[in-house]
Amino acid sequence: MKRPLELPHAAEDVAMLEATWAEPSGFIGWLSHVDHKSIGRRYLVTAFVYFLIGGALAALMRLQLSRPDSGLIGPDLYNQIFTTHGTTMMFLFAVPVMQALGIYFVPLMVGARSIAFPRLIAFSYWMFLFGGIFLYVSFLLNAGPDVGWFAYPPLSETLYAPSRRADVWAQLITFTEVASLATAVSLITTVFKMRTPGMTLNRIPLFVWAEVVTSFMVLFAMPAVMLASTALILDRLVNTHFFDVEHAGDALLWQHLFWFFGHPEVYIIFIPGSGLVSMIITTFSRRRMFGYLAVVLSLVSTAFMGFGLWVHHMFATGLPQLGESFFTAASIMIAIPTGIQIFCWIATMWSGRIEVKTPMLWVLGFFAIFVCGGLTGVMLAAVPLNTQLHDTFFVVAHLHYVLLGGAIFPLFGAYYYWFPKITGRMLSERLGRWVFGCFFAGFNLTFFPMHVLGLHGMPRRIYTYSGTMGWGTLNMTASLGALLMGCGVILFIVDALMALRAGDLATDNPWGAGTLEWATSCPPPNSNFIRPPTVAGRDPLWDNPPDQPVIVGLRADVRDVLVTHVLDAEPDHRVEFPEPSIWPFLTGLATTAMFIWSIFTPWGVVYGALPVFVAMVGWFWPSRPDEGGTQPWPIRHRTLPRPNEAPAPGGAI
Amino acid sequence: MSESRTLDVGSLPPGAFGSRSLMWWGTIGLVLIEGTVFALAIAAYFYFRTRMAVWPPDGVAPPDLFWGTINTLVLLASLVPNELAKRAGEHVDLRRVRLWMVVCLAFGIAFNAVRVYEFAHLNVMWDHDAYGSIVWVLLGLHTTHIITDFLDTAILAVLMFVGPIEEKRFVDVEENAAYWYFVVLAWVPMYGVIYWAPRLI
Repeated sequence: MKRPLELPHAAEDVAMLEATWAEPSGFIGWLSHVDHKSIGRRYLVTAFVYFLIGGALAALMRLQLSRPDSGLIGPDLYNQIFTTHGTTMMFLFAVPVMQALGIYFVPLMVGARSIAFPRLIAFSYWMFLFGGIFLYVSFLLNAGPDVGWFAYPPLSETLYAPSRRADVWAQLITFTEVASLATAVSLITTVFKMRTPGMTLNRIPLFVWAEVVTSFMVLFAMPAVMLASTALILDRLVNTHFFDVEHAGDALLWQHLFWFFGHPEVYIIFIPGSGLVSMIITTFSRRRMFGYLAVVLSLVSTAFMGFGLWVHHMFATGLPQLGESFFTAASIMIAIPTGIQIFCWIATMWSGRIEVKTPMLWVLGFFAIFVCGGLTGVMLAAVPLNTQLHDTFFVVAHLHYVLLGGAIFPLFGAYYYWFPKITGRMLSERLGRWVFGCFFAGFNLTFFPMHVLGLHGMPRRIYTYSGTMGWGTLNMTASLGALLMGCGVILFIVDALMALRAGDLATDNPWGAGTLEWATSCPPPNSNFIRPPTVAGRDPLWDNPPDQPVIVGLRADVRDVLVTHVLDAEPDHRVEFPEPSIWPFLTGLATTAMFIWSIFTPWGVVYGALPVFVAMVGWFWPSRPDEGGTQPWPIRHRTLPRPNEAPAPGGAI
Repeated sequence: MSESRTLDVGSLPPGAFGSRSLMWWGTIGLVLIEGTVFALAIAAYFYFRTRMAVWPPDGVAPPDLFWGTINTLVLLASLVPNELAKRAGEHVDLRRVRLWMVVCLAFGIAFNAVRVYEFAHLNVMWDHDAYGSIVWVLLGLHTTHIITDFLDTAILAVLMFVGPIEEKRFVDVEENAAYWYFVVLAWVPMYGVIYWAPRLI
């Protein structure tokens, strides 16, 4: 239905639209936000705070290990520190921060006015926040988990871990998994059903592809760890025998379930990172992505293969040789799709016109670090070497090269890239270079020596070592590197605070990028797009013809959202989205009470479920305060199309 | 972009059924999550099985077939009113939605009640050994789903009686029925594992 636009939108219409999509103010109002930008900002800030706390714990460990026979931190506290560090970085930072970027940017990048299921996203945030608070309150009460971020039984069983520490770990898992599963469902629905007309499957931005592939991995991976941690709590609370060898249980079952989640987890963190890399490279090479289809297929095949190599975390447990060979082959094979992506990135840069702005600098750093981590990964995939290096600092070095290289470097690139989008102000290019320099140099100084330490036989998770081992110099080097990295992070915070106060104002599209989040103001208006755009190419701001249609006809007086078809994103129907509500917050509180209660008694689940039920009914129950008089039967005519009816006319583009 | 052309979506309907609706995708997401939990729990069951020479271990008797089989029949029979409620929802037929949702709830009460007897006839306690633990968890997992699905359905049914009735509620009726299908059909392999695996393997 293309027709010339007669009148521009009346100003009062725009005002009404913005008022409709505005979030309530006041304290109760603040707790009731459901807008994806508001929730996404909170998610990003909260995850960053957890990153800082997790980093501080890492700094404590480096302080302790910087010299031999150090008596600064005792073994009991050290166990809590490394467990809480790992748990924080994996469950409270790396996964949530990538999902947080998805919450904020996916709706903008697909040209939607909202994320699907906005109240579910609000609930997800509260679960994430309360889970982290729960962990750290426990830590301060000397009940921080101390059984490693993987909590292997029998160590984590009551016999060896009689206090509540292991329960805290197991229940934190439940908090964070509920949060990320809720986000995953919302993101999948947003990407499949709410893309703006014209954005067919093969025009979805690569970062959005990465988020949707990751969300599917979350759906299939997280249940494994939830089942495992529930079984662990049951073993500890009501004497089941899942992991108890004396009663026909099996401790290795834990490792299977845990790594069936734990290995995909690595890709749940890395795939969004690779999406960020594709996006930043495209923008700063000033050309479209080389091999778009190959990159998408690489993401999808990485996701599939990621579920087929969990056993390589268990090579030291004495599995059948056939199993070991199979999982070695699978572990080496997964380097292929990642390699394809790397070659596509190189080809894009090679044939483009590179501008080395700060986000691009982080991506270049990513290449160096991640490729090193990948190479040690191929080394560790070989069973003989794996057996030799198992539980040494070589593995610590490898996993930090992969995870920081694959996720944190692209993430900091994204911070610089998207900061103006969120805040309307630019971070400093000059300070950004210093931040990158400190972080990059500090990172290598910290983690490269750990390869050598591991080869020399230094085990992980020890609180100190003897001076006669000769590991002192390399450890001191690593600790100084950590200090430098910490300086980089502090400098970043300074940069961000200064930019918030007095940074340069951002233009709408400061980097000259091609994707839709830049087709609106910085920061975006309440409704995301006053007039939602349609698209005619993969990089709409580069490809769209000047007369590309914009969408009109969505109501301004309610939160009206356009739903489109899965494959070709043709307009299908409209949906009225829910208003802000306090109930997701209350449901989160009730669920938190139930989770914590159930650590102490199984009846906590039974009685704790009642408030959760009440809160969910409150959440679901429709509120129609002033529709204008009592109207018991608003059904006047059937407007819903039947299942087999042809889609209503919406017009193709 | 000069804004000279528009795509008017004002004439599109305010909702749709089935896979066109957002609710369908939310439901499918939940089904995938829960289905994965069920599948992994079943995998754990057989993992334990491979570790034992005899099954169930320790000369424990397999669960009694009677109540489990009765409940399987009740659950499967509930698919009839469930399908009728789904169709009534798709036809925006309030009267029949109310009727069939109430019938569904009656079935819900029945299979939740029979479930109590199922637990009583498992012939093993959860703290006896790992076999007892996994059997209780399998049955407990499914029981959580029939309780919550019953409560969901009850709330939606109450809403369909006391209003306010909005058209999008009929999409909820349809999706609620879809989830009910999942809960019932997921029981079939669970039934096979809990009741027949100890007898056949």
